[in-house]
Amino acid sequence: MKQRGKHELWSNAIQYKGILMLALPGLLLLVAFSYLPMIGIVIPFKKIDYSKGILGSAWVGLTNFKFLFASGDVWRATRNTLVQNALLISTTLVVSLSLALVLYELSARRVKAYMTALFVPYFLSWVVVGYVAYTFLNPSMGIINQILRMLGQNGRVNWYVEPKRWRAVLTIAYLWKNVGYFTILYYASLMGIDSGYFEAASIDGASKLQQIFRISIPLLSPVVIMLTLLQIGKIFFSDFGLFYFVPKNSGALYAVTDVIDTYVFRSLQTSPNLGMTAAAGLCQTAAGFILVMATNAIVRRLDAERALF
Amino acid sequence: MTIRAGASSVTRKKRRVGLLIGNIVIALVAVCCVVPLLYIIAISFSDELALVIHGYRLIPATFSTLAYEFVASSPMQLVNSYVVTITVTTLGTAGSLTVTAMLAYAMSRKGFLLGRKINFAVFFTMIFNVGLVPWYILNVRYYHLNNTLFALILPYLIVPWNVFLLKGFLAEFPDALIEAARIDGSGEAATFFRIVLPNCKPALATVGLFIAFMYWNDWWLGMLYIEKNALVPLQLMLYRIMNNIEFLSTSLNTGYIPVTTTMFPNESARMAMCVLATGPMLVVFPFFQKYFVKGLTVGAVKG
Repeated sequence: MKQRGKHELWSNAIQYKGILMLALPGLLLLVAFSYLPMIGIVIPFKKIDYSKGILGSAWVGLTNFKFLFASGDVWRATRNTLVQNALLISTTLVVSLSLALVLYELSARRVKAYMTALFVPYFLSWVVVGYVAYTFLNPSMGIINQILRMLGQNGRVNWYVEPKRWRAVLTIAYLWKNVGYFTILYYASLMGIDSGYFEAASIDGASKLQQIFRISIPLLSPVVIMLTLLQIGKIFFSDFGLFYFVPKNSGALYAVTDVIDTYVFRSLQTSPNLGMTAAAGLCQTAAGFILVMATNAIVRRLDAERALF
Repeated sequence: MTIRAGASSVTRKKRRVGLLIGNIVIALVAVCCVVPLLYIIAISFSDELALVIHGYRLIPATFSTLAYEFVASSPMQLVNSYVVTITVTTLGTAGSLTVTAMLAYAMSRKGFLLGRKINFAVFFTMIFNVGLVPWYILNVRYYHLNNTLFALILPYLIVPWNVFLLKGFLAEFPDALIEAARIDGSGEAATFFRIVLPNCKPALATVGLFIAFMYWNDWWLGMLYIEKNALVPLQLMLYRIMNNIEFLSTSLNTGYIPVTTTMFPNESARMAMCVLATGPMLVVFPFFQKYFVKGLTVGAVKG
């Protein structure tokens, strides 16, 4: 039976060889840049010696992992990743959903103008967002310290050295860049709701707030839950640019700004122990993979149609 | 009757107040989104000494174009980076859109049994990513991509998200047309390039825009693989300028304007470079916003 299935697949592939040829360049690129790196999954278990090649290098078992977990850095990076990303996911959800609900009440012509403005930061790279953050945070000339001075407070906060308020700074920077994007997503979903619901509700005397809480939010909740679960599935992976360019990779801030991705990148550049760096990456991959599978299982439970696989 | 009319005028009034508040809130958010960029422009036109004394101002305390004169006197690095970024974006977008469309089309063809397997192969790379180190080693040690233009193009040619986005569009192409072309003796490749692609221009524009945007704004590949100044793309140039003030002064100070290093307009020149490197794209983008929004809303449904 299985043999026949295979045979059928081959004869189908020969029948559609023109299609197969079209797919070939893409498949080759996929193999070269996504599948061949998977061989590198052995790197953390080896002592890499380039003269012998990756596969020829000696096995060292779990030594690299022991070294990795003995250093406090990786735990700190993991904690920062989870805490900061949870903060980003929740604040983005609240802010962009609220903005979308407000936008929905405004006239379409106004919405277009507002959307253009809200969307501008999304088109900037994180490097440029780093410049924007710098105009606010520069200790001597920055806008924030100017405002603090005007309020009669200590206007000499050395932002790139004091980690105290950086969770908030990172959150604001992320919101500034991405809120337009999420607002548009939620707004588009709101536009998809049958306006008959709202008309019926207002004839029955429901107030705007009641309509929001009884109609808009319940009908949006599938999209909201989906997007949020997808983000939770990727919580071990951070937006590298946010954590690297906005704090200007300042070592004094690592206590709150260093996440797994920046940790791995820095180790790749500075640490001689490639195996340990790869071990950190592999742990991230494994944790991320498990989480994606888990969230997908949950999504499937809630709404099989929206499950990824 | 009069009571009811009174009540409805009260609700109407309440509604007007609510709308006003809504408008104010959104307008404030919109201002917050745009004003920081105006600051960057203002700083680039400010006198350096005035900046030191007054700090960054939205309206320059002393207007100066010295920063731009510096850039104009030795624009080599900026011009160079523009050439690199434009080359990478053009070649990358053309190449990526072609291979992405070909792959997406193969996946979308219903009779093609391998399509489902290919679909999974593409999808699997989205959920299982072995991480930076193996990918980096492969590109540097085995493909020898470092310090070549290829390093800025090849790794991004196939992006699974783009493949699925385009597949979603192409799957809606009517089978009858493909079948008719086949009966008329057209080969698969000819059908694809002559019939399918020309009829899917809006979809190609949307995905192509995403790809172009990705290449234009990329700093990641540059940071990993590029050392040579001649190959530094715009975003990497901006990063280096921010990170390392010497990179700025060496790329600008060639001695046309006699100035001591203490007088070098660090802050304004840095921001002038930022304006010149980012500005043109920001002027262009509103024209494409419509396509962008379409792609985002379609793509997010099945991410």
